[in-house]
Amino acid sequence: MSTNTITTQKVNFKVFRFNADEDYLPYYEDYNMEVTSEEVVLDILDKIKWEKDGSFSYRRSCRHGICGACAIKVNGRSTLACKESMSTMIDFYGTDLVIEPLSIKRAVKDMIIDKGDFWEKHDAVHPYLVSDVEEHPEHEHLVTPEEAEELNEADLCIQCGACHYACPVVEINEDFFGPAAFAKAYRFEADVRDDAHASRLQELHQEKQGLWDCVKCMECAEVCPKDVNPIDKITKLHNMLFTEGVATSNVATRHAVGFKHSIAKNGVLDEGGLVLYSEMAGIVKHIPVALKMFKKGKIVPPWSITKSDNLDEIQKLIKSSSTAKF
Amino acid sequence: MEKLKYALFTGCTAKQSTPEQMMSTMAVADKLGIELVELTEASCCGASHLQDYDDFLSLVLNARNIAYAEKHGLTMVTICNTCQLNTAMTKHRLDNNADLKAKVNEKLNEVGLEYKGTSQVTHFLYAIIDDFGLDKLKEMVVTPLSQFNIAPFYGCHNIRPSELQNETHKTKENPYNPNSLDDLIIACGGMTVDYKEKTKCCGFHAELQAPKTAAVLTGNAIAGATDGNADMMVTPCPLCHLKLDTQTKHAGDSIGREVSLPVLHMQQMVGLALGCSADELGLKHHLVDIDFL
Repeated sequence: MSTNTITTQKVNFKVFRFNADEDYLPYYEDYNMEVTSEEVVLDILDKIKWEKDGSFSYRRSCRHGICGACAIKVNGRSTLACKESMSTMIDFYGTDLVIEPLSIKRAVKDMIIDKGDFWEKHDAVHPYLVSDVEEHPEHEHLVTPEEAEELNEADLCIQCGACHYACPVVEINEDFFGPAAFAKAYRFEADVRDDAHASRLQELHQEKQGLWDCVKCMECAEVCPKDVNPIDKITKLHNMLFTEGVATSNVATRHAVGFKHSIAKNGVLDEGGLVLYSEMAGIVKHIPVALKMFKKGKIVPPWSITKSDNLDEIQKLIKSSSTAKF
Repeated sequence: MEKLKYALFTGCTAKQSTPEQMMSTMAVADKLGIELVELTEASCCGASHLQDYDDFLSLVLNARNIAYAEKHGLTMVTICNTCQLNTAMTKHRLDNNADLKAKVNEKLNEVGLEYKGTSQVTHFLYAIIDDFGLDKLKEMVVTPLSQFNIAPFYGCHNIRPSELQNETHKTKENPYNPNSLDDLIIACGGMTVDYKEKTKCCGFHAELQAPKTAAVLTGNAIAGATDGNADMMVTPCPLCHLKLDTQTKHAGDSIGREVSLPVLHMQQMVGLALGCSADELGLKHHLVDIDFL
């Protein structure tokens, strides 16, 4: 039975401090505080500023999970400070908590980061409705409830940056658009009133910056405070590349399509055959590792692969259930 | 206790690039007295790539695999994180959307099959923890791994998205501070290594498309475990294993530092503790030699 009694706990906070104008290197300040079970992370930031050090800086505005300003990291996890309860954080990590900005390398002052890269990516996906709107329309542009449903989740994004700075690809590859920008692109791609479909998709699938560089780690889905589920939108955009006829033949598209061919042949994969189908001439770069794997009994030649039982069923289903063409 | 029995979905790598994973799964199941009925009819799950091309086809094929577990009236056990995620995600979508389930069943009916939603889908790691029990496992350990620091590498598709994952097993896992694999290491007598990368991505799914990103992620993972003073890593995912064991050269080149650590499949670690031989566990199939025995 849960009770509504407010409990208090002592928590040790290790707080990232840095002022780009004065400090050569960042440092961590320790604050020990009493925390009540009804407080959220933002209350702790407020208490540090109001009771401990007035120079402590962070962004906040609405306090209702709408403006997206207060996202920070607690023990390495992106968190919307106004929405995340302290009791959850203590449940997760115990009473030693590390408070950091979303991106340490983009820190300007304490929790405040230069979010320029985020907005640059956001702007690059044309995050608006592209449509010739008649000046004097004779009737409304009707959108059915089912059509509206398609973009509901993506529309919830508040651009807090939690997923962007949790994405391991963004961390490594600065050209990558990142999950938030893709979710925003999907918001308009899925809008039946939008006319930009193919041209917006063109930019979304370019090498390095685009959709195919996602590593499918699911960090964005886990971390999103608004349940936007960006990786799901990335998958849907992948699907659109094929349905809109934008997909070109490259290692990534051949890899996705290659699974269908490989499954149709054996039920299980022909791993070597799949890599060859995806890479084509690019296969040569895999030869040194492949040889080592072969010596260790890790490569089964195509003629020795044990096919799935009832393969005819699988083949029938592939014929009758395929919806995509390439 | 009644004998534990599951329908085993091996996935593709267990039959090809990670034969040692299949060997060690069977050896451990045998030691623990768990019966595994192999789903020889199962196809590839699409490995998170087929759905990028054809989402509906991916659903149909995964539903077919589960339908065979249902025919046996057994819980499906997976031994690959990505098989687990794809199968569990299919189950979740079909169980929560009657229209979609009907559409998928329309196709399955054509080949005389039906997806009912009666079988659970769980990873072997959680079957051991939830159903067999770590206390019982501890009692069976004959060669405790007490002289080893073991770095757990969880693998994304067993811990995220946590809402879905926590539907599939009783042990509730915190995606930011998981403990299943740590607990298993401790049950085997080993010492766990805590390091930042233990819940991070190995890069496997972008290896062909974005090789540099993938190599950095692999490199960071092995380097993190090394700096945590690990003697070896252990993972429940054969795809992570492939990255960590076979791609050390690219990984090292990409982060400017040589990296190489023995990496065990979760089943091999348990097998070692239970006294299985190196041959039974397929230790000779690794690229990074298992030299600590």
